[in-house]
Amino acid sequence: MVTEKDVEHIAELADIGINTDELGTFTNQFNAILDYFDVLDQVKGDTTVTRDLSNIMREDIVEPSLPRDEVLKNAAAQEDGFIKAPRVM
Amino acid sequence: MESQKLTFEPDDRYNAFLTICKKAPYSNGKLSGIAVAVKDNISTKGIETTCASKILKGYIPPYDAHAVELLRKAGAAIVGKTNMDEFGMGTTTENSAFGPTLNPCDTGRVPGGSSGGSAAAVASNMVQMALGTDTGGSIRCPAAFCGIVGLKPTYGRVSRYGLIAYANSLEQIGPMGRTVNDVSALMQVIAGKDRHDSTTYDRPYTHTPVADVKELKIGIPEEYFGEGVDPKVAGVVKTAIGRLEELGATTVPCSIPSMKFALAAYYVTCTCEASSNLARFDGVRYGPAADTKKSWHEAYKEVRRAGFGTEVRRRIMLGTFALSSGYYGKYYAKAQVARENVKADFKRLFSEVDLIAGPTMPTIAFRLKEKSDPLSMYLSDILTVPANLAGIPAISVPCGKSDGMPVGLQIMGRPFEDECVIDAAFAYEQAVN
Repeated sequence: MVTEKDVEHIAELADIGINTDELGTFTNQFNAILDYFDVLDQVKGDTTVTRDLSNIMREDIVEPSLPRDEVLKNAAAQEDGFIKAPRVM
Repeated sequence: MESQKLTFEPDDRYNAFLTICKKAPYSNGKLSGIAVAVKDNISTKGIETTCASKILKGYIPPYDAHAVELLRKAGAAIVGKTNMDEFGMGTTTENSAFGPTLNPCDTGRVPGGSSGGSAAAVASNMVQMALGTDTGGSIRCPAAFCGIVGLKPTYGRVSRYGLIAYANSLEQIGPMGRTVNDVSALMQVIAGKDRHDSTTYDRPYTHTPVADVKELKIGIPEEYFGEGVDPKVAGVVKTAIGRLEELGATTVPCSIPSMKFALAAYYVTCTCEASSNLARFDGVRYGPAADTKKSWHEAYKEVRRAGFGTEVRRRIMLGTFALSSGYYGKYYAKAQVARENVKADFKRLFSEVDLIAGPTMPTIAFRLKEKSDPLSMYLSDILTVPANLAGIPAISVPCGKSDGMPVGLQIMGRPFEDECVIDAAFAYEQAVN
């Protein structure tokens, strides 16, 4: 069972933004969905899954990339050719 | 090279398109001048790409997805971007921020999803073919609901470069068309290795469909005709399988015991991957502006609350929860074991049979707003998610009607045997047409 408080905490972790009037609905839906997920408790087998795959690497050499103004075109806030982000501190 | 233009001014009464390119450039090649629609989660240079989300409204990709680049090289005219469930999250196309797409067969019903716009555009003859994407059935479901053909290729056969990621380990770009030949022709163009997607294999698709199922052994899993599957839909599909027998195929009953866990494993995996993938939508590099005067978390929360729809926020939160400390072992780790079990079941079956067949969807297309509860919508994906978990090819081909609505026959095959899946669908299509 998750509570409204849990949902509020998850929303915080996910930076999703949640209104108090949404908490009840989300909590009920999460409980129904998580109840369904409980079927996974019956899964048998090793929990460390290994896949028969290996990493694909390339040499660390500079390759052509997108021109700066092309990249900046979609950014809403810019300054001196850089993308402006919200303050961290 | 792109000297010619195709005039494209369709009567889009089904809301299949989010963007229409009225003068679509095209060139010479295999698909010269053919109108192709592209799902709106596939990047198109210079053409707005929104994933049907407010959070990407106005985003103009600076590059083409690899599949789109190949389409352009083959001479196709990219005539527009199609509606979808926001970020591919849904089974009805009702989760679009820009209004639902309607099913051309019955406008009171959904076209299926998430590639509902692509399916409706093809089914209503606005375009000859379209690209969709399939994470848990998003090509096959709308193909079945709208009465067209749709292929989810083997994982790794088509590059995902430029596909705006939702659940990378599950999703593939794939072809949709009115005929198996059209789907095959589009597959010829988009398949192959791409250096920008390290999960692609050097397995180009050069096949031309052959209508032959003689000598083929087809497994019919009991789970595909069991609880939750509308008996009328099951009946239509059984008749279609009978047709394949008449054409020379042998059918054998079989079982996929891991189906019991498949849907839960799928939803845990896709929401976990989504919670990570969708972290990039923060209003900084693209999308509506984050308030740079506010603190990091405050600004992001504001942008994401306003920009994401309810289903997207629900899945991001579910994934965040399933990956959070104390729950990882219960959900994500278990889901990965269940996924391995699904793969093992298919591997075992494919040592005995060449193909597996059943219904694509357990029901006909839902009425608009019929699936208002998220869990009941998730449950309708039960027959399509196994192929994504196992990475195998799967096609949906129209096989008749139930209550006046199209029903899809789903045919799954061994990894990288997309050709065999196509041939069986082609044999069926040729026999009934």
